[in-house]
Amino acid sequence: MSESRNAILGKLRAGRDAHPLTPPESDFAVLRNKRWEGAERLERIRRMMEAVHTEFLETTEVDWPADVQAFLKAQGTRNLLFGPATEAGARLSSEWTEGGPELVPYADRVETFKERLFDGIDAGITTTLGAIADTGSLIVWPTPEEPRLMSLVPHMHLALLRADALYDTFWQAMTENRWADGMPTNALLISGPSKTADIEQTLAYGVHGPKRLVVVVIR
Amino acid sequence: MGETSINFAKASSAALQDQQLRGNFRRAMDGLMSKRAVQFADTAEWNGVRALGASVRLRALSKLPELLEKLEANCTRNGIQVHWASTTDEANAIVLSIMQRVNAKLVVKGKSMVSEEMHLNAFLEKHGIESLESDLGEYIVQLDEAMPSHIIMPAIHMNTKQIAHLFKQKIKEAEYTEDVAQLTDLARRVLRKKFATADVGISGVNMAVAETGTLCLVENEGNGRMSTTVPPVHIAVMGLEKVVEKLEDVPPVISLLTRSATAQPITTYVNMISSPRKEGEKDGPNEIHLVILDNGRSGIYADEELRNTLRCIRCGACMNHCPVYTKVGGHAYQAPYPGPIGSILMPQVEGLEKRGELPHACTMCNACVEICPVKIPIVEIMGRLRSEAVHPGDAVRGAGSHASKAEAMVWKGWSMTYASPLAYQFATALLAKLGNAAPASLPLLKEWTNVRSKPRFANRTLHALAREKGIPDV
Repeated sequence: MSESRNAILGKLRAGRDAHPLTPPESDFAVLRNKRWEGAERLERIRRMMEAVHTEFLETTEVDWPADVQAFLKAQGTRNLLFGPATEAGARLSSEWTEGGPELVPYADRVETFKERLFDGIDAGITTTLGAIADTGSLIVWPTPEEPRLMSLVPHMHLALLRADALYDTFWQAMTENRWADGMPTNALLISGPSKTADIEQTLAYGVHGPKRLVVVVIR
Repeated sequence: MGETSINFAKASSAALQDQQLRGNFRRAMDGLMSKRAVQFADTAEWNGVRALGASVRLRALSKLPELLEKLEANCTRNGIQVHWASTTDEANAIVLSIMQRVNAKLVVKGKSMVSEEMHLNAFLEKHGIESLESDLGEYIVQLDEAMPSHIIMPAIHMNTKQIAHLFKQKIKEAEYTEDVAQLTDLARRVLRKKFATADVGISGVNMAVAETGTLCLVENEGNGRMSTTVPPVHIAVMGLEKVVEKLEDVPPVISLLTRSATAQPITTYVNMISSPRKEGEKDGPNEIHLVILDNGRSGIYADEELRNTLRCIRCGACMNHCPVYTKVGGHAYQAPYPGPIGSILMPQVEGLEKRGELPHACTMCNACVEICPVKIPIVEIMGRLRSEAVHPGDAVRGAGSHASKAEAMVWKGWSMTYASPLAYQFATALLAKLGNAAPASLPLLKEWTNVRSKPRFANRTLHALAREKGIPDV
């Protein structure tokens, strides 16, 4: 179809060259100037995300695996999907105790795991690259160790957030970390559990993705 | 669809009689307008981000051919296969050939207005492929065998009761319920099975980043992520104007888009896709195809003024604020894109012969221009298209197709009367004497008087009254 390609590009070039367009400068100050101090960031993230039904679990570096297990046990969760090859995954498997929900590793390609993933998994846990104060969003970059569907298919998504990995805006997060130099297969912002208002503007949670999002804040 | 003219006046008149429909729209639009206003309550911030958003879109348009080439190069380097389509027929054929190669029987779709433009579902069904909409609103509309009535909220024309009946009638395992949470859960159960078994996922593109070869999608439900992650093949379709130059251009546009569209600071998911599954990754599609569609856009781009139509980020705010759209709803436009943006886009895409009536579906009140997050001069373009429709030319397909000798004569007479003081004096004096005697049922007058009272003419003209006060005629 390179015929269409050349025709389209040729037409665009001719149109533009006949009437060139000088765009105004892009002034990013409106984003650059959005700032929140210290504790305000996390407070704002929590307030915004709770407004769209996100739950928060406060814990510490030492206690988080035990706290996650206790939380899930109290919820009656049968199992938790995790990435065994990450540092967080290693902590989970070494500190998980008998009698809690079953730990299920995402160890195989989805082709051999799809049925169980869709029908037999209650919760999934992933790490995050931080959160954004402006919009109350988690930054999630799936990896081979923490595949894309872990934060999507299980009915509950638990996301580990380090309380010092916070940004003011989406723009700040991507420019400071030079995302443009190398984007991953998939990069996500997640700002709550799945929701819809397609039936008469009435909000309903858990339409296709997770019904519950639990942010595990590690201080 | 043929080239016959579509009758907006008739369809809108029918819509105006439908009290249920009007109630559904009134409620929804009032809510959207007030919630959006809260999101942009800080005027300085709104002005700043709006100027930035407009500059991002204009910069992209200023380099459009180069950016599309760059997008193609970077996508290709990332492993995304890029296809170009001049027409919707060509785009459909590209999609079908990919499907046939992988022997696809079931397709799940995320929301995509370009696929509506292509009438892709009907095309695939014709070729024996089940194409299932997975956005809840689109799913409802598809079950109802109807068209979306809003680009953001496809099923906004229906209320819960109507949807409850529809589900009971069309979904095998459905129990009748008007509980929105239960209806939503039912759709979840039905569609999850489909996501797990679909051969291909189709999505639109909110923005494509030339710099990195990244496709950005925003959504709340997770169906977009499902459609682009679970099936082994992902096909994204986009209009060629959807490209932006840099990754840092994405945040301001997304901020304007989600706040303008649904009054959310951000959607639940912002999904940025830069490549198919890489070696060692456990999920994600093995193939990604990007279909770049022209369908008249390069023609729009050639005109300096009309080009501004292509700034659009498809937020739908112009619909929510339009005094015409909010009364008649989306179906009256009989087009994939209704409302103000549809009224300027459809005539340019499908030609003025067929869509020449739409630029008249506007009171020129400017409400859409005031809230457009990328400052599209919608009303100016509306006026331009009205003029194009009656003057033969080559800027827009079908220019001159609505020319009428009678109308031209009326305008000519009007302008002559206003150019000559004598003729003007004579005409006003005549109307002062005879205006009230003209029956309200006169053919042309009736169009106005059948829903309004006939204005009363003063029996002396303003000029005569002024002369009496000692103010001389010039």
